[in-house]
Amino acid sequence: MAIDVATVRKVASLSRLRESDERLESLAGQLNGILGWIEQLNEVDVSDVQPMTSCVEMTQPLREDVVSDGDKVADVVSNAPKTIDGFFIVPKVVE
Amino acid sequence: MSELTRLTLKGALDGLKAKQYSSTELTEAFIGAIEKANPALNAYVLTTFDKAREMAGESDRRLKAGEGRALEGAPLGIKDLFCTRGVRTTACSGILDTFVPPYESTVTQNLWDDGAVMLGKLNMDEFAMGSSNETSHWGPVTNPWKSNASNAPLTPGGSSGGSASAVAADLCLAATASDTGGSIRQPAAFTGTVGIKPTYGRASRYGMVAFASSLDQAGPITKTVEDAAIMLQSMCSHDAKDSTSLTQPLPDFSSFVGKSVKGLRIGIPDEYRLDGIPAEIDALWEQGIQWLKDAGAEIVRISLPNTKYALPCYYIVAPAEASSNLARYDGMRFGHRTEAATGLTDTYELSRSEGFGAEVKRRIMIGTYVLSAGFYDAYYVKALKVRRRIAEDFVNAWNSCDVILTPATPSAAFQLGDTEKAADPVQMYLNDVFTVTTNLAGLPGMSVPAGLDSKGLPLGLQVIGKALDEGTTLAVGSVLEKAAGFTHKPAQWW
Repeated sequence: MAIDVATVRKVASLSRLRESDERLESLAGQLNGILGWIEQLNEVDVSDVQPMTSCVEMTQPLREDVVSDGDKVADVVSNAPKTIDGFFIVPKVVE
Repeated sequence: MSELTRLTLKGALDGLKAKQYSSTELTEAFIGAIEKANPALNAYVLTTFDKAREMAGESDRRLKAGEGRALEGAPLGIKDLFCTRGVRTTACSGILDTFVPPYESTVTQNLWDDGAVMLGKLNMDEFAMGSSNETSHWGPVTNPWKSNASNAPLTPGGSSGGSASAVAADLCLAATASDTGGSIRQPAAFTGTVGIKPTYGRASRYGMVAFASSLDQAGPITKTVEDAAIMLQSMCSHDAKDSTSLTQPLPDFSSFVGKSVKGLRIGIPDEYRLDGIPAEIDALWEQGIQWLKDAGAEIVRISLPNTKYALPCYYIVAPAEASSNLARYDGMRFGHRTEAATGLTDTYELSRSEGFGAEVKRRIMIGTYVLSAGFYDAYYVKALKVRRRIAEDFVNAWNSCDVILTPATPSAAFQLGDTEKAADPVQMYLNDVFTVTTNLAGLPGMSVPAGLDSKGLPLGLQVIGKALDEGTTLAVGSVLEKAAGFTHKPAQWW
C-alpha cells in the first residue's frame, strides 16, 4: 500500500520527530520502497504459527522484592540537560 | 615499536607473561600507532591514553608480582556502544554527544576485571544502524585496505566499522563489537579480521546502548580465531542485571581452537546460492567446502527454505524495537535538549530531530509505522511469525548437520559514499543478507578471513553453530583459518 506525505507526517508526529515538508516527501518515497520490499512476507504461510518474541527458551528470572541498588541521585541526574537540587527541570507541562 | 602492535592477542599475552616487554611499552606502541593512523582512518572517536597508561602501570605491577589475570596488560579498543564509567559514550549519535555514563557495561567490566587496558572508544554507525559506518555522528571510518584497482577510500563495513578497522590496522590487540543483523561479521569480512557473535544471551546486554533488544549481542573482533576464543571467554558471563542473560556455564572456548573436525557434518544451505552474487564469492565458498572435506568433515546439502524472508523480517522487528528503545531520548533526563523550543511536545520533537541522524529517524519511523494501530498485525505480528519459521528452519537443519558454512557477505568492501547504495536503503540493507538469519534465530555465527578477491580485498566465510555451541563454531573456524593461511595485511598508506 502506498504511503502518502500526510501519512508520513502522522507517523513523524507519533514518533515525536519533526521533519521539513521536503524531507517528508523524500521519506514517503523511501518508506514506500522499504515497505514494498517487506510485502514479500505475505508469501509465507504463517497460519498456526505462534509469534516469536524471544529466541531463548527460558523462564523470566525472579528475585526477592528488595532494594538492590539506590542512593544514586547525583548519578541519575549527572547527564540531565537541566537540574536543580537533584530534580530534573522540564518545560512547563500544564498551563 | 611497530613489531609490538602486529602481535596477536595470544602472542602479546604470552610475551607479557614471559616479561619480554611490559604492558606500558605495549600500550605506548599502540598509542603511537593510533596517533599516526587515526587522522586517516577515524577508527577511534575518543582516545583514553591517560587511563590506558594508568591501567598498563597497574598491570605491570601485577605481572611483576605474578598476579596476572587472563587479559593482564592487553590494550583493547571498545566500541562506543558499550557504556564506560566516567568515559564519554555516545553510540556515535549526536543525541548523546556529551553523555558520560555513571555506570560500566558488564562486558567491559569483565574485560577490566581480567586486566585489560582501554585505549579508547571506537567509531560505529549511529546506534549501530548501518552497514558502512557512514551514519556515525563522528564521520565515517576508512577501511585500511585499498583495492589494487583504485585509490578510493573503502568502507570497513558496519556497524562495528571502527572495531574492524582498528584491529586490521593494528591499532589495538582486539576490540569489542556488537551484532544486531551482522554488525560484527560483515565488517570482519571487509577487513580481513575474525568476528564472532555468540549465542543470544551469552554476553550481557547491560550497559550496551540498546538498538533492537531481542537481536543485539556483543562479541569480539580479533586477528585470529584463537584470539576470538580468548576475548569471548572474558566478555561472556551470566548477569543478573540482564534478564535475558543465560545461566548455562561457559566451556573453555580456547580448547576448541585447533580441534579436529573429522566426522563433523557441515551443512551447505541451497538457499544461500543467490542470484547476482559475484563468482568470486561462490568460488571462495567452494574452496571452504573443499578445505573442510580435506580435514575429514562430511558435507551435507541442507535447506533453510525461509532464508529469503530473513531480511524483510529483520527490517520490521529491528526498527520496531528501535523505535521503542529510542523513545527514551526525549531531551528530559539525559542527551541533547533543543534550545529552540518552549512547550513540551515542541521540546521532544525538536530535541529528537536535532539529535538523531537520517538513518536513525528513518528506522524510528518504520518502527512506529509497523507498530501503529491498523498495521500491528499486518506487519509486526506477521514478522514475529515469520521469525519463528526462520528459527525452525535451523532446528530442522540440525537433524542432518552439526554446523553450517556460508559466505559472510555478498561482496568485498565497497566505496565510501557509494551513491547507488545511499539512494536506496534496501540496497544497503542487502549487505547483511547472509548474517541476519542467525540473529533472528539467536545462534552463534563467525566470520573468518578466507581469501582475497581479484582487486586484492579480503573476503570472509561464515560458520553458523547450534545454540550454545560456540565451541564447534570456533573449531571449524580454526580449520578454515589454518587452511586459508590468510596472512595478508593492508599496506600502510596512512
